[in-house]
Amino acid sequence: MSALEILEVGPGVTVQDSGRPGYLGEGVSRGGAADRLALAEGAALLKQPVGAALEMAGLGGRFRFGRAARIALTGAPMRATLDGVPLRWNASHAVPAGAVLEIGGVTQGVYGYLTVGGGIDLPLILGAMSAHLAAGISGPLQAGDTIAFREDPGGVSGLGLGVSDRFAGGALRVLPSLQTDVFPKDMRDRFETDHFTRDTRGNRMGVRLKPSAEGYGLEAGGRILSEVITPGDIQIPGDGAPYILLAECQTTGGYPRIGTVIPADLPRVAQAAPGAKLRFRFVSREEALAAERAYRTGLDRLRAQVAPLVRDPHDINLLAYDLVSGVTDGEVMR
Amino acid sequence: MTRFPRIDPVGLDGLLVRFGDALSEPANRAALAFRAGLERDAPTGIEECATSLVSTFVRFDPLGISLDDLHATLTERLSAQDWYCADLPEGRRRLHIPTVYGGDHAPQLAEAAEAAGLTEAEAIASLSQSEVRVTTIGFAPGQPYLGTLPEAWDIPRQTALTPQVPVGALVVAIRQLVLFSVTTPTGWRHVGQTRARLFQPESETPFLLRAGDVVQFPAISAEEFANLEGDGIRVEPLT
Repeated sequence: MSALEILEVGPGVTVQDSGRPGYLGEGVSRGGAADRLALAEGAALLKQPVGAALEMAGLGGRFRFGRAARIALTGAPMRATLDGVPLRWNASHAVPAGAVLEIGGVTQGVYGYLTVGGGIDLPLILGAMSAHLAAGISGPLQAGDTIAFREDPGGVSGLGLGVSDRFAGGALRVLPSLQTDVFPKDMRDRFETDHFTRDTRGNRMGVRLKPSAEGYGLEAGGRILSEVITPGDIQIPGDGAPYILLAECQTTGGYPRIGTVIPADLPRVAQAAPGAKLRFRFVSREEALAAERAYRTGLDRLRAQVAPLVRDPHDINLLAYDLVSGVTDGEVMR
Repeated sequence: MTRFPRIDPVGLDGLLVRFGDALSEPANRAALAFRAGLERDAPTGIEECATSLVSTFVRFDPLGISLDDLHATLTERLSAQDWYCADLPEGRRRLHIPTVYGGDHAPQLAEAAEAAGLTEAEAIASLSQSEVRVTTIGFAPGQPYLGTLPEAWDIPRQTALTPQVPVGALVVAIRQLVLFSVTTPTGWRHVGQTRARLFQPESETPFLLRAGDVVQFPAISAEEFANLEGDGIRVEPLT
């Protein structure tokens, strides 16, 4: 057991794991990492099971390691240095005892992830470590906090992973929702050709999109019986601007929903920064199932795709750093 | 006219069994009983069940079981009995949650009473003597919707929001009560205040109420409220 000491921290840094499924009937949404793929990538880079990581919204912080550790940096790329030496993103690194990791602002996307070898060790609340801000379970980390992590059985670091680019908006695949048919055909057609802009209003509960011109508000259908909400649902509130619900959404809602973004595309929604362009395309159930299959196969293959960072002039400092640190048994370097 | 019950897909991994398109006692009963049946004897591939006012939601692994197969299983279960007059789930409880009505604690009692065509005294008598069922838990953790109240309480939500009601606030609209688990703005009118804590994440029993429980909100004075030890809530099994 050792600790990560938080010297400074951005306003939106929380511990996140895969969330707590099973409490929908009690009014608690699953929550968990906004970009689940990034959580899996961090675990793959450290060759460990998916656990909890620090999720950093927009801005990281300064962290001091009480003992030598391995770390992985995934999700939205952020500027990172270890005792002043730049670190690659989408990679694992060896950290000597006492070193200070500094993670700055995102260069693209929204949520960056810091995974520690062995995994974060916190008491479980309702079966998970995730902070659930909307439910009042834990909260954002503060300067002065320390985070315990488990003994790292050890392993290589200095590995990298090529990742799918999901940090700049793009096309989202959508299944029909309970109220899709309430929206007139011409409106649904327009919805598929429109270019939406991710609004500045957005958080772990959901993100608001601005239509390019006219909105999608319904005159009559503004009030439906409050019904179950699932992450990915695209609500159309009275102002006609779509609001896509994310991991920490409320569990029921009364606004009509024009469709639901498929699970495989939710990381792309979460990682769309304010100003990013997003489009929607309705797909068949068959296509959505194929996408889910491909997504899960991709998760299974992550570990096999992890490869030693290639030495190039950009990396020389980094590799030199790892060599002198001497903390990682069996470190692979080529 | 849509016919009920009906089953529809919700996204990639959900199915929704709807027993109506408006709140009614039989439709709520059906939703609660149908969920209890699924949890007692869970069909393969189901990962989670929940209820809203008049529907049961089923989440499943879409790669583990096909939508058509699960749809068929649910259809079969629907036709096995008349769910609208099914027995409510076992293990329900009756809770008495002491409530101070009106005054500084709940400043909208007077306007709610007026909207219902009652005097304040009549409103307090009506609300405190009504026995209501937790029709669903939702929106926020452990937050109950309770119904249904006598017809006089079919009053609309306010068009403007009350900026803030505290935790434990009892609010009313459209023949239903909601007890708030978090401090929040709301369109419902704040008529009573309790010390109920509906969600305590680090407790061994994190949720105070379950869908199907029966609740009464007996009136106490502001002085009694001030002197309450703990939340004053009494829980007994419902027989």
